[in-house]
Formats: sequence, structure tokens, C-alpha cells
Amino acid sequence: MKFFVCWPAMRKEENKVMRNNLFALVKKESLHILRDKRTMLIVILIPVVLIVLFGFAISTEVNNVNVAVVAPDRTNGVNDAVNRIAHNDYFTFCGYINQDEIDQQLRSGKVSAVIVFAPDFDRRMEQINAGLPSTPIIQLIVDASNVNSAGAATAYMQEILLGTESQQAMFETRMLFNPQMKSAYNFVPGIMGLIFILVCAMMTSVSIVREKEVGTMEVLLVSPMRPTKVFFAKMIPYFVISCVVLIIILLLSYYLLHVPMSGGVWGIFSMSLLYVLLSLSLGLLVSIVVKTQVAALLLSGMVMMLPMLLLSGMLFPIENFPKFFEVLSNVVPARWYIEGIRKMMIQGSPFVAVWKEFTILLGMTVLFFGMSLLKFNDKLE
Amino acid sequence: MNVIEVNNLSKGYGKVKALDSISFSVKRSELFGLIGPDGAGKTTLFRLLTTLINPDEGSATVDGLDIIKDYRKIRSRVGYMPGRFSLYPDLTVEENLAFFAAIFGVKVKDSYDLVAPIYKQIEPFRKRQAHNLSGGMKQKLALSCALIHHPSVLFLDEPTTGIDAVSRSELWDMLKNLKEKGITILVSTPYMDEAFLCDRIALCNEGRILGIDTPQGIIEQFDSKLFEVRADNMFALLEAARQVEGVAECYPFGQAHHLVADDNFNMYRFKEQLGTFSNLTITPTEPTIEDVFINLMKQ
Amino acid sequence: MSETVISVRNLTKRFGDFTAVNNISFDVYRGEIFGFLGANGAGKTTAMRMLCGLSYPTSGSGTVAGFNVMREGEMIKRHIGYMSQRFSLYNTLTVGENIKLFAGIYGLSKQVTAKRSEELLARLKFSSERDTLVKALPLGWKQKLAFAIAGIHRPEIIFLDEPTGGVDPVTRRQFWEMIYEAAEGGTTIFVTTHYMDEAEYCSRVSIIVDGEVRALDTPTRLKQQFNAVSMDEVFRMLARDAQRGE
Repeated sequence: MKFFVCWPAMRKEENKVMRNNLFALVKKESLHILRDKRTMLIVILIPVVLIVLFGFAISTEVNNVNVAVVAPDRTNGVNDAVNRIAHNDYFTFCGYINQDEIDQQLRSGKVSAVIVFAPDFDRRMEQINAGLPSTPIIQLIVDASNVNSAGAATAYMQEILLGTESQQAMFETRMLFNPQMKSAYNFVPGIMGLIFILVCAMMTSVSIVREKEVGTMEVLLVSPMRPTKVFFAKMIPYFVISCVVLIIILLLSYYLLHVPMSGGVWGIFSMSLLYVLLSLSLGLLVSIVVKTQVAALLLSGMVMMLPMLLLSGMLFPIENFPKFFEVLSNVVPARWYIEGIRKMMIQGSPFVAVWKEFTILLGMTVLFFGMSLLKFNDKLE
Repeated sequence: MNVIEVNNLSKGYGKVKALDSISFSVKRSELFGLIGPDGAGKTTLFRLLTTLINPDEGSATVDGLDIIKDYRKIRSRVGYMPGRFSLYPDLTVEENLAFFAAIFGVKVKDSYDLVAPIYKQIEPFRKRQAHNLSGGMKQKLALSCALIHHPSVLFLDEPTTGIDAVSRSELWDMLKNLKEKGITILVSTPYMDEAFLCDRIALCNEGRILGIDTPQGIIEQFDSKLFEVRADNMFALLEAARQVEGVAECYPFGQAHHLVADDNFNMYRFKEQLGTFSNLTITPTEPTIEDVFINLMKQ
Repeated sequence: MSETVISVRNLTKRFGDFTAVNNISFDVYRGEIFGFLGANGAGKTTAMRMLCGLSYPTSGSGTVAGFNVMREGEMIKRHIGYMSQRFSLYNTLTVGENIKLFAGIYGLSKQVTAKRSEELLARLKFSSERDTLVKALPLGWKQKLAFAIAGIHRPEIIFLDEPTGGVDPVTRRQFWEMIYEAAEGGTTIFVTTHYMDEAEYCSRVSIIVDGEVRALDTPTRLKQQFNAVSMDEVFRMLARDAQRGE
């Protein structure tokens, strides 16, 4: 009887000890992080640098494409088309050249594209409008040594050149949401995906494994402290840092790069927090599996970041992948995160519309945590 | 009841057998020393007893608790100082101590009288980050952290390796004090001369125990006659002495060589045979722990 | 008359405002076993690295095996042998492979390597272990093998940095017998150690405290000078006021 009376008090005391434990651990982790000024700088600086770089400096947009034209018959149709190109901000019309000059102009880099109009352009155009079969009447010769901009330039040129009203009816080619294909919209979700894996997975795992390597883990284990608490305490400061970085990225994207957050900030925030938890659990899994910091870095870097960069749709559209890689990309968590964020940030979809992505990420998080708990062993070996 | 009981404990790593069927026991308030070189299995034994790893065979208890079944309880009550400095280098002395106190759920001031004699020596440096401390101070800090929760048993793995001679003797004085307060201490060291600072010792080599007894008892196990020999040319003397009849062993021992004699040995005949050596002296001498160790190794 | 193989004058090494080695001067003669004693952090290893051509002095001068420490570090390395406690051999290679590797590094031809390899293994009674991975060897064997390999190219001087740390008493003595043999053969041995009894095996000993040479003489004369019974006592007296611990 006495036991039951005392038990709540004992539990309370035990709880207090356990809370004190956890607090002490979190405090220690925070001290480690704050005293490591170099790493701190990198973690805060990298998102800022990446956003500015991708937002402003690097772009796969169409810009300043030099175009020359070969047109043996300078008909009205031809003049019209050329004028439209010349007046477009993204193209620079460099003048008419001869057929035999095409190769030299492209090779020397004086122009990036040459438009060749077939002779008798106007008449042939009428034929096409009338529905009669015809050979192509415009030849686009494009310097494709930069594949990305060549593709964009070609597509844009086609749109401009065929922009007569009749053709408008035939082709409904419009670039939705991002007509100029501003790369900033593309990259911000990708950057977010990258940064959180970096901070949460890589740094958390390195921090845990460092204790194993240096030997302090031994001392921590020989104590009443449950090792799960040690891991928990390691994740909390990195969770906090991630939230800070998330806010910085969102602020920069909105105010500096004018990325619309049409879907509502809270949806973006929730998805991002889930992704952070997923990355933390990945970091945990890595730290349980490896023994040295170098291995933790390699595993996080090679196995996680590289597929993330290549397969998540951040740099290269998934639709362009061969079937095998398209299937493989389903396994990359960042792919779902980036898709979800894109939908919310750029399309303006509400949170409900990304339930599929959210559920998949949730499932993955639970899976990684589960695997960590299973593999976990509170002995040294 | 024995505070530490070890029964036929074995542990191997791949082909190497780190511990081969070790058995011994430690009584309450004993200062027990594991004396042996690298590779003897000392660290493996400590890791087994502090429940950091599991044995391949055998069993052991600490304070009556089984190292496999009751490992969580053992972890709450023992103090452990591993072989290399295992505190946080970027935290200060104070912060390290406060951290370990919190981990064990105690307040620093509650353990003050136990830790004070040690802590007083590093207190002037309490705001210094641990990586800026000298080796001796690091070990004192580590010891304070290991004691902060009033453990009944202390496991110290080579606490005196790599630190200066003065700090080494200070550390041993502290251990004597702790023993007097009732704490049982299991300590390892590669230095044979530290054996006499323990109540009982176990000589260890390559995963096996060569002998267990009080230091004096171990010495008494040496049942041959021992002599000190010197001459001007020490190296030549070594080789020549080994050829003399009745000489079982002759090995360098610092200032003089130690000569182990068997029953056929005759001191005067020895001096005669090596008469060409200038300043040759031979005197009987008492064996040291090291002599016993060498003797046991050869068996 | 003994020839000088190492000669050092006012050798100093500074790292920023920290002076690790302060103005040391001494000579070492051919065939000597010259001991360097001191606590960890006293500057022994730093001084040794300068003599081995592994690090350039901040100031001062010296010659090792006839080469200038300030300018001819690479030549010094080719004419000396080196072994330390921390690193001696490659654990993931076999005994035979290690011998071949170091013989190759020192520029020995294939025939010479093969011959010396056989001799070495026979002398250490290791012939059956040629194909054993070094990491499977007990520590004592590793150290003996490392010392033998350090001398495979018959250098004039062999530098040993705390070679017997943590080694069992029997192997330690066998190791020193190898050192004696090498010295008898004319090789000069420069060794650092913190075991005071090993100081007794040296022809002459210098004691380093806080980066400076505080004593240099034969063990016998040092004990007389300090009125001590053992080298341990001599060392304690000198080390008592040391500022630098490890």
C-alpha cells in the first residue's frame, strides 16, 4: 500500500531526473555546436550563398542569344518573323548571312543560332495553313554545346516564329506559371531539399559518430543515461538550426527572388518540418551503421546527397529520365519533398493537394526511425 | 561477498584471443591492480566488466549483478575512466563536471567532499577548456567525473600512462584515499613498479593471468637465486654470463644485469671464468615484480 | 678518436609564440647509444624531427651524417633509419611485404633486398612469419621487426622515438640487446625514452626539460653529479620545476 502512495512521488522524482538528464545533454550538444564556429558559419552561409547564386547569377534561362538569319527571299512573312525575333528581349538579331557562312558563324561563336527560311516562304506558309502537306519551311540550326540553353532557346524561338494567329490555333504551346522558365523557381525547393539533408543527416550522423570515435560514447554508455536519449539530444539542436535556416530561406526566396508562396506559408512550413524529421532519422540510421566520421561523411555524401542531386528532379526533370531511373527516383525522399514544395510554392496549390507527397514522406520517416530502433544496440560492438 | 567476480571469461576478435578464460575476484575496498603490457587484454576486461561488450564465454558479476542480465543496473552504479582521455575537449573543466553530474542525476555540491581532494588541484583551471589541460590535469578531471555519483566500484584503465612522474604519484595517493573511503578500485597499468601501490595484483600477458597475489606474495613466488652483475663492458658481459654453467637467465636490468641462477651455480667459479672483465661485481639481490613477470612469461 | 656524426648548435624551433625547443647544443659520436630523456611535451620529439630532416629549425645550425639540417633535409633522410612508437609498419601488409617496401624506399636493389630480407628474418627467428599480416603480430614482435627494418639499408644513424612504450618486459630487453648489437657494429643510435632504467643502457644521456638541455653526460657521472642512486632520481630532481607537462 505504501508503495502505491509513494509511487507517484517516486515517478515524479525519476521524471525530474530524466528531464534534467535530457536537458543536460541538449545543453552540452548546443555548446559543442556553438563553439564550432567554422561549421556554424558554413551551415548558415551555404543556403544564403546558394540562393543568391542560383537566383541571380546562374540561370538556365534564355538570355542574349545571338541569332543570324539566312533568307534568300525576303518576303513579308520572313520580315515579320525576323522582326518578332529582333524585338524580343532575349534574342539579339545579328543580321542576314549567306548559307555558306552558317558553319563559320556558329563555330566561331559569333552567333548561337541560325534561322534559315525556305525560299518562297509566304506561299508555302499558305499551303500549310490550308492543310496541305509540306516539307519544313524553317530550319533552326542551334549551337547545342550548352544543352540546357539550346533546348530553351529552340523552344522559345519556335513559339515566337510560329506566333501568327493561324498557327496559334494549331499549337497551344504555352509555358505555364513560368513562361520565361525562371530558374529561381526551380531551384529554391531543390536548395531546401539539399540543405536539410546536409544539416540534419550529415551533421547529426557525424556528431554521433564522433563520440564513438573519440571515446566519449564509452563514458556516456556507462551511466544511467539511456542511449536513445543521447541520440534524441543530438537531434534537438539540429532540428532548431534547421528551423532557423528554413525561415532564412523562405524570407530570402520571398523578398529577394520574388518566388511566390501562393499555397500558403504554413503548408510549406509543415512539409519542410516533416522533411527535417526524415533527414534526422536518416542521420540516426547512418550513425548506427558506421564507426568512423569519415564513413559517416561518405555515406551521407555519396549515398544520400548524390542521388538527391541527380534523381530528385532538382536539376534534371524526372520526365526526361530513362524508365529505370524514373522508378529509382521514387525511392529518393527529396523527390517527393521537392514536388510537394513546388506545387505549393509555385503552382499555389493548397496543402490538401500535396497529401500524397506528405504521406509518402511520413511513411519514409517512420520506416527510417523503425530501422534505427531495430538496428540499435546499446553495447559498443 | 566479492565485489567483482570473474569466472572463465573469454573474448576474441577474429583470430586473436584477447582474453583466454580469465578468473579472479576482488574484495570490498580493495585496490586491485592489473599489471601487464599492451595486448594483455586489460582494456577488453574493463569493457566486459563495465558491460560495454559481451563475453564469448564465461560470466562475471559486479556488486552482485550479472554483467549480461543486469547491465543497466551496473552502468548506473560504477565509475569508469577509459584508457584515453574521454571527456569533452571543447567544454571547460566546470562544464564537464556539471554535465556528468547531471547525467547521473546528482548535484555537484552533493559529492563535493568525495571529489574535493582531487578537484582542488584543478580548480584554478575550472574555466579552461579541457583540451588545454596538461595530461596530469586531464586525468584528475576524468577521475573527478568518474566519482561524481558516489560509485561503489571504480574501473580505471591505465590512468597513469603518458603522464608525468609527479602527477602519477599524486594520482596513486588519491586512489589510496578513495580506497579508505570504502570504494573498491580495479586499476590497470603497464608499469611494474606501480604494483606495490596495490593491495593485490594480477600479472597479465596476452590474454592470460600469470599470477594473482599481494605484491609481496608474488615476489615470494620467485624461487630461484637472483644476482646483480656489473662490469665495465655491459653488453659483452651479458653474452659471456649466459655461457657460464649454472646460469639459467641473464638479462639487462638498468644499472646492472640480473642473473638467475639454478642449483649448479657457483658465485666464485663465475667470477673466475669471467676474470677478464674489468670491475666485475656480483652480489645477491631481491627480486622485483618485473623479475617475477619475466620468469612467469618464460613458462 | 671518436668521430662526430651529429653536431647541433643553438637549435631552436618556434611555433608562433610558443618555443618548443630552445637553443640546444650537443654532439653525438659514432657508435654511441645517445639517450634523450624528458617528459611528454618537453620537446624531445620536436628536436628529433629536426635532426631527422622532418622539420626545419627556426634558427641555429646542425649537421647529421654530414648533411646540413637547415638545407639538406632530404639527404639526411636517405642516410638515416627511423622508427617511432606511433608508427612503425603497415598493418595491412605482411612481414615480407613491409621489408620489400622499405628496402625499396631506401633504394636497395632486388638482389640486396632478397639477401638482407633472409638475414633479417633468420636473425629475428621470423622466417616462418614472412606471410603473416603485421596486424596479427604481438606488439613486441612488431617493434623488433620495425627496428630491424629501420636498419636494412645499413644507415650510419638510427633514430628511435619511444620505441618500447607498452611493450612486455622480455621483448623490451630483447629490443635493447638488438640496439647494443647495432651499436657494437658501428651504428650510432639516437633514442628517446621515458623509462628511466633504459637511460642506464645509454652511453650518454641528455635530459630535456621545457625545451632545453638541462643535463648531458654518462649515466654514472650524472648520478655522481646529482648525488643520486638512480637515473630516476636524477630525472625527478631536474623535472621538479618543469613548467610543461604533457
